[in-house]
Amino acid sequence: MTAWDALRAALDSLRANPLRSALTMLGIVIGVAAVIAMVAVGAGARDQVLRQIASLGTNLIMVGQGSIARGGVKLGAGTASSLTEDDALAVLAEIPGVVVTAPSVRWGLQIVAGNQNWGTVLFGITPDYMEARDWDVAMGRGLSDEDVAQANKVVVLGQTVVRNLFGGGDPIGEPVRVFSTPLTIVGVLAEKGQNTQGQDQDDVIFVPLSTAKRNIPGMAKSNPRFIHTMVVKMRDGSDMAEAQAQIRDLLRQRHRLIPGQDDDFWMRDLSEVSATRDASSRALSFLLAAVAAVSLLVGGIGIMNIMLVSVTERTREIGLRLAIGARRRDILVQFLIESTTLSLIGAAVGVALGIGTAMGVAALAGWPTLIRIDSVVLAVAVSGLVGVFFGLYPARRAAQLNPIEALRHE
Amino acid sequence: MASDPAPPAPLIAVRNLTRHYRMGPQTVHALDDVTVTIRRGEFVAVMGPSGSGKSTFMNLLGCLDLPDAGRYRLDGTEVAGLSSDALAAVRNRSIGFVFQSFNLLPRQSAIDNVMLPMVYAGVGHALRLEKALAALESVGLGARAGHRPTQLSGGQQQRVAIARALVNDPLLLLADEPTGALDTATSLEIIGLFQRLNRRGITVVLVTHEPEVARFASRVLQFRDGRLIDDQSRDPEIAA
Ligand SMILES: Nc1ncnc2c1ncn2[C@@H]1O[C@H](COP(=O)(O)OP(=O)(O)OP(=O)(O)O)[C@@H](O)[C@H]1O
Ligand SMILES: [Mg+2]
Repeated sequence: MTAWDALRAALDSLRANPLRSALTMLGIVIGVAAVIAMVAVGAGARDQVLRQIASLGTNLIMVGQGSIARGGVKLGAGTASSLTEDDALAVLAEIPGVVVTAPSVRWGLQIVAGNQNWGTVLFGITPDYMEARDWDVAMGRGLSDEDVAQANKVVVLGQTVVRNLFGGGDPIGEPVRVFSTPLTIVGVLAEKGQNTQGQDQDDVIFVPLSTAKRNIPGMAKSNPRFIHTMVVKMRDGSDMAEAQAQIRDLLRQRHRLIPGQDDDFWMRDLSEVSATRDASSRALSFLLAAVAAVSLLVGGIGIMNIMLVSVTERTREIGLRLAIGARRRDILVQFLIESTTLSLIGAAVGVALGIGTAMGVAALAGWPTLIRIDSVVLAVAVSGLVGVFFGLYPARRAAQLNPIEALRHE
Repeated sequence: MASDPAPPAPLIAVRNLTRHYRMGPQTVHALDDVTVTIRRGEFVAVMGPSGSGKSTFMNLLGCLDLPDAGRYRLDGTEVAGLSSDALAAVRNRSIGFVFQSFNLLPRQSAIDNVMLPMVYAGVGHALRLEKALAALESVGLGARAGHRPTQLSGGQQQRVAIARALVNDPLLLLADEPTGALDTATSLEIIGLFQRLNRRGITVVLVTHEPEVARFASRVLQFRDGRLIDDQSRDPEIAA
C-alpha cells in the first residue's frame, strides 16, 4: 500500500463522517489557533519593547549621585554633592570611547501658564543631553551652549506639558512661570511616548543647567558644580562593562574613596532593562507552552477516542483487507495516516484561524502583532506528532485484529 | 517398461488437519483429522450440517487461520512455516475469497472495490484500472464500474466481490456460502459464473447447503462433526 493509497483511504473515511471529523479536529484547531495568535501578540509586544529600548540607546551609561546599597537607597557617604560637572568633564576627557557626557539636575515642580498649572519634571541640562538621549525638537529650537553659558530664562517643553497647558495652541514665545520666574518657551520636543516601564517620557521640561541651579531652592549652596546625574554616551560597539569599570575607577579616585568604602554614586546601563524584559518574555513563553500543551493533549485524546470508535466501526473492513492480502503493517499505517491527517487538517485550520485572530486583534484593539513563522511550523509539527502518538494505540488495535473474527463482526 | 509421467503436484494437499477450540473445560473439535487432496482445475463443493467445520476448513485453506495439528501444502509450499507477511502475500496473490455477505466497502465504487487487492500487491495505478475493468467485464458488470454497492442488487454485489477475488489472477477461488444471501435464480447465475471461471482453469472450492448448487461441482466433500465423511467425484451438471 503506497502512502498515496493510504492518504486516499484516510480522506475517504474522514469524509464519511464530516461533522464527526470536524468536531474531533476542534481541539487541535483551538490549540494551534491560540498558540499562533498569542505568539503573534506576544511577539508584537516584544518587538515594540525592543524598538523602545533601541530608541533609548543601548550604548548609554547613566551615572547618578548617592549610592544604592542592598535593601534600599543610601545617600552618598561623602558630601551630598558627590557628583559634579567636573566629573562629567573628566569622564569625557579620560575614558576612551566616550562620545559625550551630559550632566543634568532634575526637580519635580508645578509650572504655570496663564491660568493653567501642571505638575511635571524639570531637567536642567546642556545641549549634550539632548544629543545623548536622542531628543529631537518638533517646534522652535532646542537649548544652546549660549543658553547654558548665560543662564538664559528659556525653556523647552515636552508634548504632554504643551497639551496640558496650551491645548492645541502654539506655545512658542509664550511665558511660563517656573520657580515663580517667567521663562520663555523657545521650543517643543518631539514626542517619545512611553518608556519600557510605561512612564510618559513627554511629561518633562528642559531648562539650561545653569538656569536650573540658580533657581532650584538650596540646590547649589554647598557646591555650585553639583549635578544629579550624567548620561555617558559611548561609541557604537563599545564594551559597556569595560567602560563602566573604567568610569567607576575614575570616579572613586576623584572622590577619594579608599578601598572597602562604598561607591558614593550609582551606575547602570540600559542593557539591564532589556534583561528584565527577556525574563518576563520567558515567563510568557512558558505560559504559552503550557496552554499549547494542554490544548494539544485534549485534542490528541479526542483523536484517540474517535480513532478507537472508527476501528470498532470498521472491524469488518479491516478483516476484509487482511483477507485480501493486507499485511498488519499496512493496516497500522493506514490508521496512523488517518489520525495524522485528522490532526494536520486541524492544524491547518488552526493556523488560518490563528493568523485571522492575530490580524483581527491588530485591527480592532490596535495591538501590534507579529506572525512568527517558527510558531506556525512548530504548531503544525507538534500537531502531526500528536496525531501519530494518539493514533498509535487505535492503529495497533486495528492491526492486531484476528481476520476471521473481524469478518464475523456485526 | 513404460512409466507414466509424474503427475503434477496437487494444488491443495491436506494431511490430518485438525483445529480445536477450547471453550472452558470443553474442547470443540471444529476440524478433526481431515486428509484430502485437491488438484488444479477441480470444482469442489463442501457440504455438511451447520457446525460441521466447513468454514473452519475454508479459513485454513485460505491461510486466514493456522491448524493445531496436521499439514497443509498449497501449490507445493508448506503453509505452517510461513511468516505473517508471507501469509498475507499468499492470500493476496494465490487466493481469491468470496463471502456470503459480499464484504464490499460501502463507500467505494465497484471498480475501487475490485482494485483493492492490487493496492496491496503494489500494482501501478494505470494497470490497476485496466485489470479491474477487465475483471468487472468478466463477471458481466463492465457497465457498472462507477456504481456504489448500495446501488447494486445482491447478485451484482456478489459479482463485484467475485471480480475482486479474481483480479490478482489467483490459483484458487474460495467461497464460503456465496449464494447463501441470494434467491434461487440469482444463486444459479452466480454458480454458473463460478462454473465458467472454473472451465477457464481456476480451481474453485465453495461451501453450500443447497444440493441444487452442489450439482454443478465436479466433486462433493461431506463434513460432519469436524470430520470428512464422504468424498465423491461425478460429472457436473452444466449451468444454463
Ligand atoms: N472462534 C471459535 N471459538 C470457538 N468455537 C468455534 C469458533 N469458530 C468455530 N467454532 C466451532 O467450531 C465448529 C465448526 O464451526 P464452523 O464455523 O466451521 O461450522 P460451519 O460448518 O461453517 O457451520 P455453518 O454451516 O453454520 O456455517 C462449531 O461447533 C463452532 O461452534
Ligand atoms: Mg460456516
